[in-house]
Amino acid sequence: MQFAQPSSVKEAVTLLVKEKGNSYILAGGTDLLVKMKSGSVEPDLIVDIKGIKGLGEIKKTASGFLIGAAVPCAALAENAALAKAWPGVVEGASLIGSKQVQGRCTIAGNLCNASPAADSVPALIAAGAKAVVVGPKATRKMAIEDVAIGVGRNALKKGEIISGIELPKKLPRSGDAYLRFIPRTEMDIAVVSCAINLTLDAKGAITKARVVLGAVAITALLVKGAAKAIIGSKLDAATLDKLAAVCSAACKPIDDKRGTKEFRVEVAGVLARRVAKIAYARAGGKI
Amino acid sequence: MGVHVHTTVNGDAVEFACGEGEVLLDVLRNRLGLTGAKEGCGTGDCGACSVMLDGRLVCSCLVLGAEVGGKKIETIEGMADGMKLHPLQQAFIDHAALQCGVCTPGFLIAAKALLAKKPDPTEEEIRFGLAGNLCRCTGYDKIVRAVQHAAKEMRG
Repeated sequence: MQFAQPSSVKEAVTLLVKEKGNSYILAGGTDLLVKMKSGSVEPDLIVDIKGIKGLGEIKKTASGFLIGAAVPCAALAENAALAKAWPGVVEGASLIGSKQVQGRCTIAGNLCNASPAADSVPALIAAGAKAVVVGPKATRKMAIEDVAIGVGRNALKKGEIISGIELPKKLPRSGDAYLRFIPRTEMDIAVVSCAINLTLDAKGAITKARVVLGAVAITALLVKGAAKAIIGSKLDAATLDKLAAVCSAACKPIDDKRGTKEFRVEVAGVLARRVAKIAYARAGGKI
Repeated sequence: MGVHVHTTVNGDAVEFACGEGEVLLDVLRNRLGLTGAKEGCGTGDCGACSVMLDGRLVCSCLVLGAEVGGKKIETIEGMADGMKLHPLQQAFIDHAALQCGVCTPGFLIAAKALLAKKPDPTEEEIRFGLAGNLCRCTGYDKIVRAVQHAAKEMRG
């Protein structure tokens, strides 16, 4: 096995392209090293991207925020401007693992690992975030919802790496939130999760919304029908009922040791109601 | 092949050679003779191998030795000031916050990291802050009390 610490994204891409065997990118390593330990992954090349300039930074840009691919999740909550603009995104990222894992894990890694229960992914999708994907020929931007394509599978091609995640500027009168259900109080994997980002008009009616469910299908689900159900409303009781029903109907969950299908379907609706209310209040709305 | 690494452990410049896939925990224990950090699970769930890496609390079982070049590592061996125990270490003894002791170095490192950020944590904040450290002996109450006591003493 080879271990490389490139100093630029370009160099990292070249290393990945050249390697004929199994190559893996190391950012936080909280998934990769566990898989190496269990033997489910046997890398021929590990490319540690933490030495690449800029990848460890959160930058405020003209269009919002750029979170470098090597930024540990703990750093998201420490960034006051980010936590203020995108509290839901920060909530999701802050729920991954323990403090120890938080010191290492990254949102780009959480995304590429492509677990359906990834805690940071639903809020990123709800926020309309994009992944900056650098490849051997070009750099492209991918909507977060297009990155995971199955359980443990992502849409990156050989030689491509995510250099950062772009979050848009927060619109006036908008708010986002994320909740997950776990049977413990901390350090667990989502049984169901939900993120909502919404924008209000001056009178408090919802003009834009993105509703995302996690852990109820092979990837996080952007539920367009759920957004439709709440747009135009002020989240009255009937609207919340409709939101819950649409979210429950969108689930395609599995039965596993953490929850049954029926439970996940039910809880998706319950969480959607709660998350919508939090996001609505954060946007300045009053129910 | 192997990797040659220069780094800093508890303020001392250290160099070692390790395998590309060798984790920091094994480097500390087997190459540097620092056996305070323990392997519980080896998968980042139990916190027995907790160390500080460039000021962040991490599981040393989920860090490669090869990636720590030029970084600052702090382990339990650097916690006491010579023969004088850190207030957390003393509080763990005074409150009998350990039985078998395997989890203790990890708890101490994690508790120190918590108190550096929150000098006056609530019981809930202590329990959340230490959720990544598993203890199968004490039932946690004595550990929480020890941390509360040390926090008070450290605030002066």
